[in-house]
Amino acid sequence: MYNQLRSWQTEYRQEFDKRMAVREDVEVSELGYRLTDSFYAKQYRIALRNSGIIDPLKIEDYIALDGYKALADLLENQIPQADVVAEISESLLRGRGGAGFPTGRKWAEALKHDAEHKFIICNADEGDPGAYMDRNILETDPHCVLEGMAIAGYAVGADFGYIYVRAEYPVAVKRLKIAIAQAEERGLLGKNIMGSDFSFHIELRLGAGAFVCGEGTAMMESIEGRRGLPRVKKYRTAHKGLFGYPTIINNVETLANVHMIMLKGAKWFRSIGTEKSPGTKVFALVGKVANAGLVEVPMGTPLREVVYDIGGGCKDGKELKAVQTGGPSGGCIPTSLIDTTLDFESLAAIGSIMGSGGMVIMDNDDCMVDIARFFMEFTVDESCGKCTPCRIGNKRILEMLERIIAGMGEPRDLRYLKLICETVRDTSLCGLGQSAPNPVLSTMKYFANEYEAHVKEKICPAHVCKGLAQYIILDSCIGCGKCKRNCPVSCITGEIKEKHVIDHDACIKCGACEAACPVHAIEKR
Amino acid sequence: MKSPETVTLTINDQEVTVPSGTTILDAAKKLNIKIPTLCHLDLHNMKFVNQTSSCRVCMVEEEGWDKMLAACSTRCRNGMRIRTDTIKVIRTRRLMVELLLSNHPTDCLICSKNGNCDLQALAAEIGVTRIDYPGYRSHHEMDTSSFSLVRNMDKCVLCKRCETMCNDVQTVGALTDIGRGFDTVVGTLFGMPMHETTCTFCGQCVAVCPTAALTEVDNISQVWEALDSDKIVVVQTAPAVRVALGEVFGMEPGTNVTGKMVTALRRMGFDKVYDTNFAADVTVMEEAAELVDRINGEGRLPILTSCCPSWVKFIEHQFGDMLDIPSSAKSPHEIFGSLAKTYLADKIGAKPEDIVVVSVMPCVAKKYESKRPELGQGDYSDVDIVITTRELGRMLKDLGLDFANLPEEEFDELMGVASGAGDIFGSTGGVIEAALRTAYEWLTGKPLEKIDFHELRGLSGIKEATVEINGVKHKIACANGLGNAREVLRRIRSGEANYTAIEIMACPGGCIAGGGQPYHHGDDSIIRKRMEAIYESDRHKKIRQSHKNPQVIKLYEEFLGAPHSEKTKKLLHTKYVWRQKM
Repeated sequence: MYNQLRSWQTEYRQEFDKRMAVREDVEVSELGYRLTDSFYAKQYRIALRNSGIIDPLKIEDYIALDGYKALADLLENQIPQADVVAEISESLLRGRGGAGFPTGRKWAEALKHDAEHKFIICNADEGDPGAYMDRNILETDPHCVLEGMAIAGYAVGADFGYIYVRAEYPVAVKRLKIAIAQAEERGLLGKNIMGSDFSFHIELRLGAGAFVCGEGTAMMESIEGRRGLPRVKKYRTAHKGLFGYPTIINNVETLANVHMIMLKGAKWFRSIGTEKSPGTKVFALVGKVANAGLVEVPMGTPLREVVYDIGGGCKDGKELKAVQTGGPSGGCIPTSLIDTTLDFESLAAIGSIMGSGGMVIMDNDDCMVDIARFFMEFTVDESCGKCTPCRIGNKRILEMLERIIAGMGEPRDLRYLKLICETVRDTSLCGLGQSAPNPVLSTMKYFANEYEAHVKEKICPAHVCKGLAQYIILDSCIGCGKCKRNCPVSCITGEIKEKHVIDHDACIKCGACEAACPVHAIEKR
Repeated sequence: MKSPETVTLTINDQEVTVPSGTTILDAAKKLNIKIPTLCHLDLHNMKFVNQTSSCRVCMVEEEGWDKMLAACSTRCRNGMRIRTDTIKVIRTRRLMVELLLSNHPTDCLICSKNGNCDLQALAAEIGVTRIDYPGYRSHHEMDTSSFSLVRNMDKCVLCKRCETMCNDVQTVGALTDIGRGFDTVVGTLFGMPMHETTCTFCGQCVAVCPTAALTEVDNISQVWEALDSDKIVVVQTAPAVRVALGEVFGMEPGTNVTGKMVTALRRMGFDKVYDTNFAADVTVMEEAAELVDRINGEGRLPILTSCCPSWVKFIEHQFGDMLDIPSSAKSPHEIFGSLAKTYLADKIGAKPEDIVVVSVMPCVAKKYESKRPELGQGDYSDVDIVITTRELGRMLKDLGLDFANLPEEEFDELMGVASGAGDIFGSTGGVIEAALRTAYEWLTGKPLEKIDFHELRGLSGIKEATVEINGVKHKIACANGLGNAREVLRRIRSGEANYTAIEIMACPGGCIAGGGQPYHHGDDSIIRKRMEAIYESDRHKKIRQSHKNPQVIKLYEEFLGAPHSEKTKKLLHTKYVWRQKM
């Protein structure tokens, strides 16, 4: 069976190389092939190594690039489980889902406990707005995740794996199903893999759209058939997890790294990235950036390099104001900290997080209070409603932000806002609630002046918050009266051919006058 | 790796050593440090522990960490340094209660739980005087669809005690969270009204609800109206009421207040004050006769008791194929109602429609039961109005009676005398013990030497005893709590247990812990005290077997004829309906 895999590999590689030879956008690299566009020049792709290169519907392509070789090597040479765990531990691979927990520690814990069954769960419930790292991996290279899961299964003695994937990722679901069927057909998954004693089955579980199900214990509740609520954690998941059995939950990107670590060794992996955070990280670079897309760089790469060298800076040459990392639970990094390096420690030190890899670029047209409100709105919507601070506290935070944005904030609100944010952070039951106030806390820290402008001077410096906007008629007014006629509340006065005036107390800030003015003499401030 | 048997930690600099697995809350109790809680509820005897740690009121600090710990569910670790006395802890606790109150109606003065509300008590204890974070308050439709329970989810604090009780302890599964985030609410399957769900109306959710989110249907005004009318109003009181009613008036739990209760009911204006315990004796006559018939080959064994309407609804929903095994005897208060409108009506020369039967019950399911269409004759129901122990307490307070100092009076003649067997109906194990006391003598023709069946007493979930009758060993079982009932039914269905007779009570502990009893507020020692009072009453009775109760003998001689005969089958027996599982 192992020889069979080798002969497949040789055969498919020849055919694959032929196909690659005619493609202009790829070149041979250390890990197979790489994309040549300048966008990729400064990237180092491990998790995304096959993305855009192989055909995800063809297991032949994956096998051609040493696919399932890592698993086959373990089985053929009957490598002891502890050695596999030791290799992963030594690689210092850390969870790419957000918390950065050492993967080897999880595996070692699960290996330690004897049990009739053990489970591997692949967390593919990616839900951060604007983040689609996992989706891309699943859609472009599903087999590398399956192989990662099988290796994890072998290492800890698990016999069953679940991929908990969002139902909103229909393409990923479809491709995973095809990939599982292909791998099973060839004996690379399922019962007695490649003729060995090791059996490992993988099934999909589709999430019903709840963000909180990305939290490990809520995910297990959901797979077990209950409402996805975080559990009170009495045991480690690797000790008593799914259905009470030892369980490993690894994120898609984490598992996508496993194959390469096994093939090239922990030492190779540690040569990339920083000492405490080796390897690479995929970021979804979005927002007001010139070149948006998925970016995989070695850990420790300065934020500046990602934003400017790869992303090309802000769109339309505007000035960078902040970078939000870590999704709705992350923080906003001001331009002054642009030289921060991208690794777990450095980001935590400045009040943000790595998270799953969301990276939103904001320019001077973005109001930081409004940004905080946007992310709060998301978490309030996605809270499971179990614990008081997350259910009610976050709602109250959102309401305070909405009041501030509407121009009804009071100076004391800022003190109250900070206190409730800190309390929610320190008391919530699960990671969702604990990190929900991060966008508010980090913007309050780095953009305190904007908050103060909103509550004290009642202005929005970025001119975003409608409630605080003022429409001013400039001296260039020609006195045509169009604004007056279009105003729904009749708050504009003025004689024909003379400059008109807006009554700010009566104005409802609808913007109809600005749109109607033929000479652009009305400005929003 | 074996965990050490004890762990040592400090709480507010005081060292304490506790068995491993102990929560911070329990360790603090050992040091007499009080950590306020809300959602947490530990009813040890009833195998009920609500450890959802969702309210976050009990948050404490671990030195050196920003993240706080929920004392109710975090287990102690060696070397922990816990603080419960910092400004942060106090402020956090207050903020949690403030947040809960910010989404809670503040109509305490006119709330039915006023004075009995855990949230109100907590807010007072920690001194919340204002709400710094006001905001939008959620609003949900009240569910008044059932005859037993009212759901007012505006007052829910999502402690989930009701869900733990309904799903984990009772295994009924009628309640679940629906919606998410701020809109989360404890609801029913597909938001159906309560009367359409599989809810058995055991009322244990009401018993553990800290606020007025779940309460009983209030039937007090109907009783006052009946008392104000020209009708003959007859009241009966269940065995478990007399050992709990005193608690409403601050008396020691487990005080038997039978005499004072009778006096109070007379002063309220009831024309006749009778005892459901008498009807319990009649129930024993019917059930024991049915048991004898079944042991002699008529119908199948085991026979299951049928006094508990909640349990009856449970089997109708969950085990609809097994409806031939419960006894067909009506529950005692229905038997009383039926007799009141026939036997008593004859005696006092009244028409059944001129008699109003009021039941005072420890139970909210009895409210629903009294509305079952088959429980009556022709146009009238056996029982007209059911009120709970709590409602009776409120009515007596309305009257301004100095309950604790009332003189003691006796029940009225005819249906007011009960044997000790009738008394113990109120406790788990009591019904089957009472039935055995009679059935044994009927089957053997010999007097029963040992009248107490201690194996069937106490708060264990499933109890078993073996009784030898005419050389055959009969296995008897008793289950309290619907989760245990489910297990016993499973054993019967699978054939792994071979029982002759089984008692089932829906409420853990039996009727003494019923959903209509005064609130125990998490102190389950109260249940044990009520139980002791019931057995105490039995112990002091001269007549302790139902078939020796002179008023029962008279009833059969003058009116009913033989137990389990054609006439009793018409008046005192009923039938069951196979209901949907969801």
